[in-house]
Amino acid sequence: MKEIRILSATGILGSGFREETLKRAMALEPHFIGADSGSTDPGPHYLGSGDTLFSDAAYKRDLRLMLLAGRAAKIPVIVGSACTSGSDPQLERLVGIAREIAREEKLIFKLAAIHSEQDKGYLKKKLREGKITPLANPPELTEQVIDRSTHIVGMAGIEPFVEALENGAEVVIAGRSSDTSVFSAMPVMRGLNPATVWHAAKILECGAACVVLRKYPDCNFAIVRDDHFIVEPPNPEYRCDPDSVASHNLYENSTPYELVEPSGVLNTYSAKYEAISDRAVKVSGSTFTPAERYTIKLEGAELAGYQSIIIGSVRDPIILRQLDSWLEGLTRAAKDRIAAVYGAAMASQYRLDVRVFGKNATMGRLEPETRIGHEVGLLFQVTADTQELATALIKSVSHIAVHYPVPEWTGLITSIAYPYSPAEIARGPSYRFNMNHVVEPASPLEMFSIEYEKVGG
Amino acid sequence: MPQLWQVTKLIRSKNSGPFELTFDVIFKDRESYEKVRDAKLISAEWFARTYRLTPEVVAIINYDAANAIKITIPRPAISGDIDDTDVFGGQQHGPLVELEVP
Repeated sequence: MKEIRILSATGILGSGFREETLKRAMALEPHFIGADSGSTDPGPHYLGSGDTLFSDAAYKRDLRLMLLAGRAAKIPVIVGSACTSGSDPQLERLVGIAREIAREEKLIFKLAAIHSEQDKGYLKKKLREGKITPLANPPELTEQVIDRSTHIVGMAGIEPFVEALENGAEVVIAGRSSDTSVFSAMPVMRGLNPATVWHAAKILECGAACVVLRKYPDCNFAIVRDDHFIVEPPNPEYRCDPDSVASHNLYENSTPYELVEPSGVLNTYSAKYEAISDRAVKVSGSTFTPAERYTIKLEGAELAGYQSIIIGSVRDPIILRQLDSWLEGLTRAAKDRIAAVYGAAMASQYRLDVRVFGKNATMGRLEPETRIGHEVGLLFQVTADTQELATALIKSVSHIAVHYPVPEWTGLITSIAYPYSPAEIARGPSYRFNMNHVVEPASPLEMFSIEYEKVGG
Repeated sequence: MPQLWQVTKLIRSKNSGPFELTFDVIFKDRESYEKVRDAKLISAEWFARTYRLTPEVVAIINYDAANAIKITIPRPAISGDIDDTDVFGGQQHGPLVELEVP
């Protein structure tokens, strides 16, 4: 019976896995080692700036163990969504780390680097041709939005991975790609039923996330055959059961029944989850419908402004019992002071937001709870076009806020506890996700160039 | 009447991408799941009221395979945008936890 054995190193490269678990999993003779390295979860900063979620040292630790294991067993190592967002600078960073590891460990391999960063001219042409269409709840997409973006990536499907593997790549590092395509490419390429493969990939892409109780990030393992797959965590402390595996379809997905990929849609409506031991689950019965048109999801981010913030807290019961009106007065006084210093025209050049921890900092205007406790935390935030301006303005807010009066107390009060000196913190640039759209390329490879390189030796 | 947390093993909110927020309510057993599912307490109307939306944009899916109910709504603000309060979307499920259920 034809089967592909898949080792998923971890849910996100850089978050870690146990070396001992990797060793156990390698004894099961996987056909490749895969790991996703990206997410939009931590927000727009990473795509906007090119910065990475984890440190180089964290990526290097995980990738080193994967490359050593992969080269020793002569199986491919496949990583997707390099360094959080899979933009070109992030891809280059991870490729650079792979080169360093090869040099230090005397490894030799053929590397494929798949580029997901998109050309703005190409996208504007596609937009004019009506080949870019919106997904759920999208912001408006215009040529100006494309121009304003600092980075735009396309989310690759399996096709660029298959191309790289067919060209003999032993290590594939991709820019932005769907989490599942990392794990689906080789099994689909080898002719296994795409329905089984994509379902297995969805279960594996978060590493050990589909176990009953995931205490720390770790590897996962599946045997994929044509009509079913079996998932069994290689860490003996972990176990899967049918509920834990079925529940994973819910995770960060708008429906547990469908998984939309560039080349089609996985439907798990008729899937069966059976325990075949107290820690392994057999999954079968999903279907896969090929897409009528092949589309690539776009992710873009643009600069929203620069921010400076102040963190403080209030404990005085007299202030707390009139917190809302006190904050309103304080905000008005701060804006008046800014107008006095910089002129009335400054009002349109910045934004001042106040968040109250202990009241509604988590849910904002949607918070149904009205009670507050014995103290609240305050976050003042100024957003402006430059860091210098944001910091200059928050300094005015800082002084007004720390002495803003309440009628019950006579004399000068100091009304906020600031934990830091200076009170103001320059937070740097703030980015915004600015597209939720798909583009229809002429071919699956059109948006993804692949560079090959002999690394080491 | 028990509260929802007493009959579930997990209630969570989470981004489903930067533009949508999704809630998972995973029940302890089939019986509690069916009771709450069939009482239709977790409804588009309840979500619309609580999260200040129109009921048409609330998607509710009953997921029998995991004794779970999934609810997806447009994100109150785009993840990480200046108005956003919760980049991962992980702490928006509070009002569900103490919902009284049959």
